[in-house]
Amino acid sequence: MEKIYTSFNESVSDIFDGAVVMVSGFGGTGGTAQNLLLALRNHGAKDLTIISNTAGLASLLGFGTLPGQTAIDVGSLIDNDQVGKVIASYPVSPSPSKINSFESYFRKGKIELELVPQGTLVERIRAGGAGIPAFFTPTGAGTQLSEGKEVREFDGRQYLLEHALKSDFALVKGYKADTLGNLTYRGTSQNFGAVMVRSTGVSIVEVDQIVNVGEIDSHLVHTPALFVDRIVTL
Amino acid sequence: MPDRLPREVIAMRVAKELKDGNVVNLGLGIPSLCSQYVPEGRTILYHSESGVLNYGPMAKEGEEDDDLINASGQFLQPTAGMSFFHSADAFAMIRGGHIDVTVLGALQVSERGDLSNWMLPTRGIGNVGGAMDLAAGAKRVIVAMEHTGRNGDPKIVSECTFPLTGPRCVSLIVTDIAVISVEQEGLILRETAPGWEPREIQNETEPKLILADDLREIAL
Repeated sequence: MEKIYTSFNESVSDIFDGAVVMVSGFGGTGGTAQNLLLALRNHGAKDLTIISNTAGLASLLGFGTLPGQTAIDVGSLIDNDQVGKVIASYPVSPSPSKINSFESYFRKGKIELELVPQGTLVERIRAGGAGIPAFFTPTGAGTQLSEGKEVREFDGRQYLLEHALKSDFALVKGYKADTLGNLTYRGTSQNFGAVMVRSTGVSIVEVDQIVNVGEIDSHLVHTPALFVDRIVTL
Repeated sequence: MPDRLPREVIAMRVAKELKDGNVVNLGLGIPSLCSQYVPEGRTILYHSESGVLNYGPMAKEGEEDDDLINASGQFLQPTAGMSFFHSADAFAMIRGGHIDVTVLGALQVSERGDLSNWMLPTRGIGNVGGAMDLAAGAKRVIVAMEHTGRNGDPKIVSECTFPLTGPRCVSLIVTDIAVISVEQEGLILRETAPGWEPREIQNETEPKLILADDLREIAL
């Protein structure tokens, strides 16, 4: 049960054309597995469906990116013609005068979008890993995002039926992993990654440090080892 | 025309609404300024969709940490008493009714309190982010915005013509000329900016405003 990979390229080498891939991160570089994204770009798998909060914001606008750094994000895969569909809550640049590559591909009809409210997106991912096929949420009821969805009333309020999301692979950024795969994250970088590792066929986690079993205090483990399939570090 | 209140003063007026112990989520733009103006002696726990509760000031230049951001991508200072969580928990807090107040910007607010703030129809694509969850889940939604658009078109309208963020969710609107509450009977004009007559505020508002019995000037 060897989970540790010595090469980023090797850790993503079985991502196939047409795969559904979850990508962690809120929008900035924190919590985004930039080296795994770079490896997937080198690997070149095409027609991917990407599930991610944004469709590339940091690489364009420096959102949540340290001064002087250039981010690698979902935009780097879109630029390389690898993405056929994006499922996201915040797909475009907030400024219509500075558009990201997702938006230019979208306007040319070269990429599909499923726009999902952020809380519904992460709950669909959570449900996918928790054995729950669908759930009702009040978010989006009475808006255009309710179109085509089953509506049910509970206690006089409308709720939408939303279905779980699963993926073939998840590219996630953690802080520390032990050799068994127990994980911790830093600060606000748990975001989507800590949920995505649960709802994917293969979770691939880029960490800053790999430590021996016992070096992460069991009381402080954020993600238990069973959710982690592959670990890789620089 | 009398002066319009600057963004900072809109934020100051909104800040008066935040009560001691409230859990508060602030949106982008004017709402993000509110935390600077909370009256002394009140403890507010700020929540962000990025996965943090009880954050404090922004990080100083040179001390930024990309594992410590708010929902606008700004860097936060490490502060005692902060807690971090993943996005499913961040939104369970929102959807589950654990956020007392959210302050949001708006493109349009209707007479019934419908909110539109995520997409300009002319662009045809937009970011919904956490706005629909906040509109649906926060106990109280306050809108802080300029009263009219750039061309002087009313943003307080009879029916929203832009895509909705949430129906019937706004309870208070604070603008650069007025404070208006959304009630069963309609929109109640509660406070006016200095020098503004109710008739002038009505002229910039599409639906009929009902004058509060105790209508007064905005006080900070």
